[in-house]
Order: sequence, then structure tokens, then C-alpha cells
Amino acid sequence: MAATLPASRYDDGHKDKNMERTDPMGRPPATRRSSAWADTAFSFLAHAAALITLALLAGIIGSLVVGAAPAIQEYGLSFLWRSDWDPVKNSYGGLVMIYGTLMTSFIALCIAVPVSFGIALFLTEMSPNWLRRPLGIAVELLAAVPSIVYGMWGLLVFGPILATYVQAPLQSLLTGVPFLGSLVTGPPVGIGILSAGIILAIMIIPFIASVMRDVFEVTPQALKESAYSLGSTTWEVVYKVVLPYTKTGVIGGIMLGLGRALGETMAVTFVIGNTNQLNSLSVFEAANSISSALANEFAEAGAGLHQASLIYLGLVLFFITFVVLSLSKVLLSKLQKNEGGRT
Amino acid sequence: MNAAALNASRLAHHASRKRINVVALTLSLAAMAFGVFWLLWILFETVRLGFGGLALATFTEMTPPPMAETGGLANAIFGSLVMVGLATLLGTPIGILAGVYLAEYGQKGWLGSTTRFINDILLSAPSIVIGLFIYATVVVRMKNFSGFAGVLALALIVIPVVIRTTENMLSLIPNALREAAYALGTPKWRVIMTITLKSAWAGVMTGILLALARISGETAPLLFTALSNQFWTSNLNEPMASLPVTIFKFAMSPYENWQKLAWAGVFIITIGVLVLNILARVLFRNKH
Repeated sequence: MAATLPASRYDDGHKDKNMERTDPMGRPPATRRSSAWADTAFSFLAHAAALITLALLAGIIGSLVVGAAPAIQEYGLSFLWRSDWDPVKNSYGGLVMIYGTLMTSFIALCIAVPVSFGIALFLTEMSPNWLRRPLGIAVELLAAVPSIVYGMWGLLVFGPILATYVQAPLQSLLTGVPFLGSLVTGPPVGIGILSAGIILAIMIIPFIASVMRDVFEVTPQALKESAYSLGSTTWEVVYKVVLPYTKTGVIGGIMLGLGRALGETMAVTFVIGNTNQLNSLSVFEAANSISSALANEFAEAGAGLHQASLIYLGLVLFFITFVVLSLSKVLLSKLQKNEGGRT
Repeated sequence: MNAAALNASRLAHHASRKRINVVALTLSLAAMAFGVFWLLWILFETVRLGFGGLALATFTEMTPPPMAETGGLANAIFGSLVMVGLATLLGTPIGILAGVYLAEYGQKGWLGSTTRFINDILLSAPSIVIGLFIYATVVVRMKNFSGFAGVLALALIVIPVVIRTTENMLSLIPNALREAAYALGTPKWRVIMTITLKSAWAGVMTGILLALARISGETAPLLFTALSNQFWTSNLNEPMASLPVTIFKFAMSPYENWQKLAWAGVFIITIGVLVLNILARVLFRNKH
């Protein structure tokens, strides 16, 4: 009798084995009189739908490469470090936009990662139970607000406040200081790389925070309880037990946020200033990013080198986000695989 | 003496650990407050500035020229409803079918895992690139911007969202249910249609609602596919106005009446999207 019983399903506490899928036993009956064709047709449709998704990716890459072909022929890879963008002289280079995209995303990550970590820590370890759900929903709703709302709010409400209360004091404080001083030159008008970075940070906090919360919850309860019983403080449990256990997942979540930040269009277009310059490294200067250059110029660009260069920029953006998102996916799935082996 | 010193250093260490803990937890609390603060601030400003700009005319009159006395967003709202509705109708069946494939046919094997991987990337891919793709394949060939191109671009954003939720929801259905149906001699397609999809229906609907919410606010893929239109049109072969693109154009302009309408539009979109999200949550929670 005992031999036929399944292995105890309570051996790893945190996970309900009941909810997991098992493989179906055996196959459905092979011969049927009436509906064999319906079965084949349905299976065909489902396969076709999956193939459409794959074709979509191939189509996107293919059409971008074809569209960008004139610019690729003209500049090759030197497009990536040429800094002039001049539709009048018909000469294009992507450095300014690529720099804008990377710099705004970098600022966004610097702000969003610690804040998201704090939010995830609060939601998993500190929050009283009755507060956990509403706060979790609030953070997720922040992710649902359309980016155009962030953009308009950033331009008309947040920008002026940032200029008066952050940029102007920073400027008077840091002027004259070597290096740091050069980061804050330019008119403090609340538009530019810094504002774009901050708005992006607000937008990606919910993505990173909810992934971090989910992976923190993966940590086996027994591990955390052992640490607590040895006298660890909450912070030590999170920093020395939960974080090492979930680090691939945490990095995956950060990458996911980075992927979002790199490709975000509307919020950035509103506040970055859309100026193709790279005269100073100041984060107060108006600049441009790949996505906002596309949003502003593409519909007006005539066919030819201008349009091809814009599509080339789109291709670069797609390539960067593809790499970042793939990394994120691989890291997150690694955590899921380890989960079984380490509990 | 030595023991006393040791004891004192232990106590000091203990105190410093406790201090670090308090500091870290305070910072964590501050981070939580920081996150919620932005949500409340954005909602507050949207309601304050948007609700004031709202009037009956917003829903009945066309988008006005700059500095006009009256005017509304009727054509933009209509265009958005048409494009979002058609895109959902177009994208949902493909998304559900592909989700069914992933959950019922391709749990293992290269097509299944590749599709799952690619789909997760498409889910977060920059939407403006989707716009470029449709521009290059549809707009260039048809030689004009059109509502139809906008519908296609939005549909491509619906598909990954629906695939993801459909697959997740179908994998929650216990296999005993499938096996019971097979045992009665039900063909696979009927098992999927009448047993698994039907039991997962609330979850699948949640996915559709989330996709709807996502595309209602999308601006970037419409910028160079549907473009915009000052006038009422229900012809999908013409450029078509949409709420997000109109907001973009009006908000960036220096004209006061346009900016006011943009805030009203932002209010409508935000409320719509949040209601869809909450609806999706309620629907999902009632069933699970």
C-alpha cells in the first residue's frame, strides 16, 4: 500500500505540488470516426498562430534591415559614432541619440534599482498582511498608467518643479567644482537628460519592484526562518539570505526594467528637449534619444537617406533591447530551474 | 578584564547590527512611500487639470483649430475606440490560439520553447519599433497613412499579451480534467474548446482586458501608421485621429485651448485604463 502512495507533497513547504502540471498519462485515443479533420484543422491553426509570432520577429528584423539598407551602405558601422545629424546637408550619425538613450536609461536605473529593492523588501518582509495587497496593487497600477500621461505630467507639472527646487540649487552648489560642475551647466529649465531619466525611473520602478517581490517570495520559508532563529535581523535575512538566493532573478528584473527604459518613447519625447547636440556632458542640457528622434522626425522625413537613417536608429534600438531582454529572460528562467535543485 | 572587553565589543556589535537594521527598514519604508507618492501625485494632477477641462463639448465636438473658443475630442475618441476595438478583435484570436498551442501542444519541443522566448521579448519590445515595422510593410506599400495600418500595429501589441496570459491560465487547469474528457472519447479540439479554455475563461478575459488597457494608451505605434486627422472619419483607408496622438500634438503646442483639451484627454485615458485594470483584477479574483 505504502509503495503506491505518492512522495510526500509537503517536503518543500513553500510550494503546493497540487497546483503543478503533471504530464498527461497516455495519449488521447488515436482513431475517431467523425472529427479527425476537425482535430487536424484545430492543431494546424494553433501551430500557425505560434509560427506567426516567430514570423513577426523575423519580419520586424527583416523589414528594418531592408528599410535601413541605404544608410547601412552609406555609413556602415561608423553610423554608431558619427555625431552630426543634419537633414539639410543630408549627413547622419547616431551617436547623439544613442548617447541620449543610454544615459537616460542609466540615470533611471540608478534611481529605480534601490527604490524598487526597498519596495520589494517592504512588501515581502515588513508590511502587515492587510496592507500588502493594496500596496502591491498600487505599485502595479503605476505600471498601467499610459506613458503619455507620464510625459505630459513630466513636461507641464514636474519639469518646472524640478527646475526650481532641484536644478537651480544643485547648480549654485556645484558650480566651480571640477567634473561635477560640468555635469550641471546649462539652463535649469526642467527639460533634458536628467528629467527624462527621472520620469523613466518612476515608470520602471513598478516593473522592477514587482519582479523583485515575486522572486523574493520564491525563497524557501525554512531558509529565512533558520536565519531568523539564529538571531539575524530582518535586514540581515534579506541581504545575506534572500538576496544571494535570488540574485539571478533580481538581475533579470533589473534587465527587464532596463529594456523598458531603453525603448520608452512618449514619456521621454515630452521632456528630453529633442535637440541634436552633444556639446557638453551636462545632464541639464536638452538632448535626444533614439525613440524620441523617431517619434518627432519620422512622419516628416522624406524617403531617402534621412528616413533610412531613422530606420537604422530603430534597428540599433531593437538590437539593444533584444539583447537586454534576452539576458533578462535567461537569468529569470535560471532562477526557476535552480529552485527545484536547491530546496 | 579581557572577558569584560569581549562582552562590551559583543554588545557594541549587537547595537550596530540593530542600528543598521533600523536604518535599512526605514529606508525601505521611505522607498514604499516614494512609489505610492508618485502614483497619488500623478492621479491628483490628472484629476485636477483634466476634470476641469471636461465638458459635454469634449465628447460631441471635433478637434478645434488653435485658439478657437470651442471644440472637443469627439473624432479622436471615436478613432481610438474604432482602432482599439478592431485591433483587439484581430489580435485576440491569434493570441488565444498561440497560447493554446504553447499550453496544449508545445509544452516541450523547439517550437514551443522558441515561441515562448520570442513572445516574452515581443511583450516588452519598444512599441515604436512595431510602428516602424508596420510603416515599412503596410504604409509604404499602400502609399498613405491609414487607420487600417494603425489597427495592425495595435493588434501586434495585443498578441503577445494575450498569448502570455492564455498560456499561464491554461497551465493552471489540472490535467485530471483533460484526462477525464479524453477517457470519455472527446477529441482534443473539443477538450480544449469546451473543457480547458472554458474553465480558464476568466483568466483569458483578464488577459484581453489588460491588452485593451495597454493599447488604449499606446501612442508611439500610431504616430506614423494612423497619423492623425482633424476631422471625423470612419474610413479605415484614411489617416485617423486617436486620443493619444491628439494629446501628444496638443500638449506640445503653445495654444492654451489645445493644452486644456490635452489634459481632458489625459483624464479620459487614465480613468479608462485604470478602470480596465481594476476590472481585470476583480474578474480574475472572483474566479480564483
